[in-house]
Amino acid sequence: MSRELLKGNVAIAEAALRAGCQAFFGYPITPQTELLEHMARRMVELDRVFLQAESEVAAINMVYGAACAGVRTMTSSSSPGYSLMQEGLSYIAASDVPCVVVDVMRGGPGLGNILPSQGDYFQITRSAGHGDYRPIVLAPATVQEAIDFTELAFDLAEQYRHLVVLAADGQLGQMMEPAELPSMRSLPRTRPAWAITGAAGRAPNRISSLYMNAEEEEAFNLRIQARLAQICAAEQRSTEVQATHAELLVIGFGTAGRIAASAVEQARAEGLRVGLFRPQTLYPFPAERLSALLACCAVQNILVIEMNAGQMVEDVRLVVAGRVPVHHYGRLGGVVPYPEELYTVIQQHYPSLAASAE
Amino acid sequence: MQTAYLLAGFGGQGVMFAGQLMAYAGMEHGYEVTWIPSYGPEMRGGTAHCTVILSDCPIGSPLVRHPQVVIAFNKPSAQKYAGQEDPAGLFVVNRSLVDEVPLAVQGQLVEVRATDIADQLGNTRLTNMVLLGAALAARPVLPLAVLEAALVAHIPAHRRGLLPLNQQALAAGAALVSAAQPG
Repeated sequence: MSRELLKGNVAIAEAALRAGCQAFFGYPITPQTELLEHMARRMVELDRVFLQAESEVAAINMVYGAACAGVRTMTSSSSPGYSLMQEGLSYIAASDVPCVVVDVMRGGPGLGNILPSQGDYFQITRSAGHGDYRPIVLAPATVQEAIDFTELAFDLAEQYRHLVVLAADGQLGQMMEPAELPSMRSLPRTRPAWAITGAAGRAPNRISSLYMNAEEEEAFNLRIQARLAQICAAEQRSTEVQATHAELLVIGFGTAGRIAASAVEQARAEGLRVGLFRPQTLYPFPAERLSALLACCAVQNILVIEMNAGQMVEDVRLVVAGRVPVHHYGRLGGVVPYPEELYTVIQQHYPSLAASAE
Repeated sequence: MQTAYLLAGFGGQGVMFAGQLMAYAGMEHGYEVTWIPSYGPEMRGGTAHCTVILSDCPIGSPLVRHPQVVIAFNKPSAQKYAGQEDPAGLFVVNRSLVDEVPLAVQGQLVEVRATDIADQLGNTRLTNMVLLGAALAARPVLPLAVLEAALVAHIPAHRRGLLPLNQQALAAGAALVSAAQPG
C-alpha cells in the first residue's frame, strides 16, 4: 500500500467500508457531506446498502435496525444533525448493539455555522442521548488517524457491543493529507448469535430497550457500568511530545491538539520546556497516563487548548485534582486558532515567564 | 523547514486545483503536505482560497498566519492578503486583474499578467497554471518537472484534452520569472 492524498471526510468513508461497513444511512450536512457522497458511490459499487434518509432522525433509527440485524453499520453527521440523533443513540446504547457514528463538528450552538469547532465535547462524551451511559469516543487529529480510528471504531463497537463515536471537526473533514488506507476486509459469512436474523430453526432473539421493572432496569444499568469499567481499564489512548520533560504541559485533542503541536514545537525551539499531551480517546479519558505524568515528571503548569469555551478541561481537572494549576484557552464559534497565537498563550503560562510577569 | 502557500481568487479560477496540484507535487517530491480549502461562507460569496503546506517534518497546523507565498488571483484577494505574507516571502499577483499593487505588500513582489498570458495561449482558465509556474520559479521548492508530472497524473479526465496547454502555461509562468531574475 502507498500513501495517497486524501480528504478527511473521504478517508473516513473509505476506511469504514474497507473495515466491513455493510450499511450506511445518512443525511447531508456541511462540513461532512463528502463522507456521505463517497459512500453513495462506493457502497453501490460494492453492492452494499447506502440510503439517504429523509432526516437524521430516520437515519439513526435505520442504523439501529441494521445494527440489530448484526451487520457493521454507521452514520455520519455534523453538530445540529448529531443533536437530532440523540434519541436513537440512546436506544442503541440501551439495546447493546454495536454501531459507529461520526460527528464532524461545526460552530454552534443552534444552526451556528459550518466552520470547525469542538463544541460538542460534552454532548458526545457525557451521554449521547438521555439515560446513564457513555459511548466510546475516539478523537483523530490527522487524516491517518481518522482512517485508523474508523477501523478501530468498528472493532471496539463489535468487541464491546457498544456505541462508538468518532469525534472529528470541519477542519479534519475538509483538509487533505497523505495517508495510507487499509486493505479491504472480507465480510463475515455469519451474523452474531444475538442478532435478529429471522429465527429460522432456533429460538427467537429479543432486542429491546424497555425495562418496566426498576430492579431489572437497574440490573441492566449495572451491566452497562461494568462494561464501561472494563472499557476504561483497557481502552485509554493518548499520544505525547516531550511530555516527560515539560514544565508546562499543553493538552489538546483533535484539531486543537495538532495546532498546539506546532506552537509547542516553536516554544521548544526557543528553549522552553513545553510538552504536549493529546488524548486520542475522549471517553475513556486517558487519565492513567496523565496522572502518571504528573506523578513522575516536572510539570508545574497545565494549559488546555480547545475550540470551545472549556469542556475537556473539566476532565483534565478531575485527573489533576488540584496538584498543579490548570489553565484554559479556547476559541469559540468556528474560529480556528493559529499556531502563532497559541505560542503567545504558551509564553503567558510558562512557569518562569508567568512568575516574572506577575 | 516548511513553506506555506495561500492561493486566493474567484471561484472558477482554478484556485483549489492549483493548490491541490502543489500538494500532489510536494508529496511526490517527499515532503509532508497538507491542503485545506476555504469552505465557509466566503466560498458561497464567489471567492475562494486554500492553504498548502510543504514541510520536511510532520505538519501540525494546516493553517498559518503568515504564509511564505501568497498568490493573489484577483483584486479582492490582493487587497485582503497583502501584507499577510511572511516579510521574507513572496507576494505573487495576477496583474491582469489587479490594476494597483496594494501598498501593504511586504514580501518580494512577483507581478505576472497571468490572465493575459493565458488568453494568448488560448484559454483564460490557464491563469492558475501561469501563476503557479511563476511562484515555483521564484521559490523553487521542487523541480518544475515534478509539478508537470503531478499535472499529468491528476488533471481531471474531462480536461485531459487541455493537458498540453496547461503544461505550456506552467512553463510560460516559470519562464517569465526566470527571465526577470538576475544571473
